[in-house]
Amino acid sequence: MSAAPDLVPFDDAVRRYDPVIGIEVHVELGTASKMFDGAPTEFGAPPNSQTTPVSLGLPGVLPALNGKAVESAIRIGLALNCQIAELCRFARKNYFYPDVPKNFQTSQYDEPIAFEGLVELELTDGTPVRVEIERAHMEEDAGKNTHIGGTDGRIHGADYSLVDYNRAGIPLVEIVTKPITGVGERAPEVAAAYVRYLRDLFRALGVSEARMERGNVRADVNVSLRPTPDAPLGTRTETKNVNSFRSVERAVRYEISRQAAVLDSGQPVTQETRHFHEDTGTTSSGRLKSDAEDYRYFPEPDLVPVAPSRAWVDELRGTLPEMPALRRKRLQADWGFTDPEMRDVVNAGAVELIEATVVAGASPAAARKWWMGELARTAKSDEVDLEALAITPAQIAELQGLVDSGRLNDKLARQVLAGVLAGEGSPEEVASARGLEVVSDDGALESAVDEALAAQPDVVAKIRSGNLGPVGAIIGAVMKATRGQADAGRVREIVLARVAQD
Amino acid sequence: MSTISREEVARLAGLARIDLTDSELTRLAGELDVIVESVARVGEVATDDVPATSHPIPMTNVFRDDVVETPLTVEEALSGAPEALEGRFAVPQILGEEA
Repeated sequence: MSAAPDLVPFDDAVRRYDPVIGIEVHVELGTASKMFDGAPTEFGAPPNSQTTPVSLGLPGVLPALNGKAVESAIRIGLALNCQIAELCRFARKNYFYPDVPKNFQTSQYDEPIAFEGLVELELTDGTPVRVEIERAHMEEDAGKNTHIGGTDGRIHGADYSLVDYNRAGIPLVEIVTKPITGVGERAPEVAAAYVRYLRDLFRALGVSEARMERGNVRADVNVSLRPTPDAPLGTRTETKNVNSFRSVERAVRYEISRQAAVLDSGQPVTQETRHFHEDTGTTSSGRLKSDAEDYRYFPEPDLVPVAPSRAWVDELRGTLPEMPALRRKRLQADWGFTDPEMRDVVNAGAVELIEATVVAGASPAAARKWWMGELARTAKSDEVDLEALAITPAQIAELQGLVDSGRLNDKLARQVLAGVLAGEGSPEEVASARGLEVVSDDGALESAVDEALAAQPDVVAKIRSGNLGPVGAIIGAVMKATRGQADAGRVREIVLARVAQD
Repeated sequence: MSTISREEVARLAGLARIDLTDSELTRLAGELDVIVESVARVGEVATDDVPATSHPIPMTNVFRDDVVETPLTVEEALSGAPEALEGRFAVPQILGEEA
């Protein structure tokens, strides 16, 4: 291991160097079967239970292209404002690594299905950024290696890898940007915003679940520095497999600081792939970047070319959903959320959840309150996404309906929510089963108030003398006696009426 | 006059993970030369209006429906593995090429 490299503070680095970034995003398409065979693609299945002879690259097998994957690739290309190739071929990318059982990856080389696109995104403060897309091409995912044994290679005899080919052959689309220039100190933020934009786009298109934590979306970030914006591009590094928005931002930031230190010392930046370390936020040297020709690409002879007719492309263009950024603006206006409120909702991944909750009948404010409050806290403590919680938008709308009709107060509603999350049934069922309901039956409340007043005789005198402060104490006592189920407003009325009577 | 050097053959052999002896490098450099020269002669008659042919049959858009078929069982999948562990293929770790 070499010592930790020198770093130039980020602010200083971007003052003296102009950063240029480029991003490659791989998205796993959510097809039922793999790219070239009928093996299933279910996530989390036992290792090697989702393979066919094609997935395993056994001798003599032939690939059969999944039409749905081609359709998804074209829709992604269209959503990125790309041109769609009139004719394109697959190519073999030859290399030896155990996760690629055929010893080549079926990919596309000089004829991507989509090319020359453009996306316009906004940073959180509303600053617009244009990102030019160079290409989007189809390929297959590799298997998954797990390395066992000494990581530093000291115990050679014990070092081996275990390979699971469930992921091998899952369809991927790789999207490559042109160099993104002119973003200066906002380069890390732009990189993360772009990957987030794509994630949202994939979901809106319905082409992938696009779950970062499952590796459905993976980014490789390229960073280079040059002394001034009119200088030629500097030597770049490519940090592989950065799998969260935060990591994308940190990886770019770290590489800018590291490369500035290398250049300051008079050394050239080495062109190489690097690995990002989640725990420290640093990158380390991987392998030297291969020349493209090392992969000895050649047209895949076992797959005929793909030539999407213009009629098909136009038909698919007609299936494009409203783009996420426009949709958000429309929803924000409909819901009447402030900019910071909407930003929090977007950042929490709650847009679709709130939308569905509103569709199910809740007010936008109530939907936001639940998803951004109690549920966000639960998701955070359980370390899961909001959408992974065991509750549906319809159930939240039902719960809010119980509050609106006066059957539950906020406190009771939270208890009902806990019951729903614990799998006890719908809000209605949980409320009945746990006996949670606001008590507004005057008889029950009056006797509870009388008991509370009797227990605190001095309070009555205080209230009579015009000091209403202790009313709260009586309400509190009644709430306690009714296990929080009393209608607080009604209790207050009864207390005041009782005091006036006596 | 040879256009393919022994060094080039050695590099290609390395990429293809083929272990060649010195005499094999020399022999293959000569043989590859013949192949390259033959292909170059084809290039002489192929003008710009003849597109490069990768697929001799004029056929495009052969698609499969996105339908799941029954996969191999784990036992079947691993039956050809030289070594297996925990339901997975066990392979020697390739040092210095961490993906």
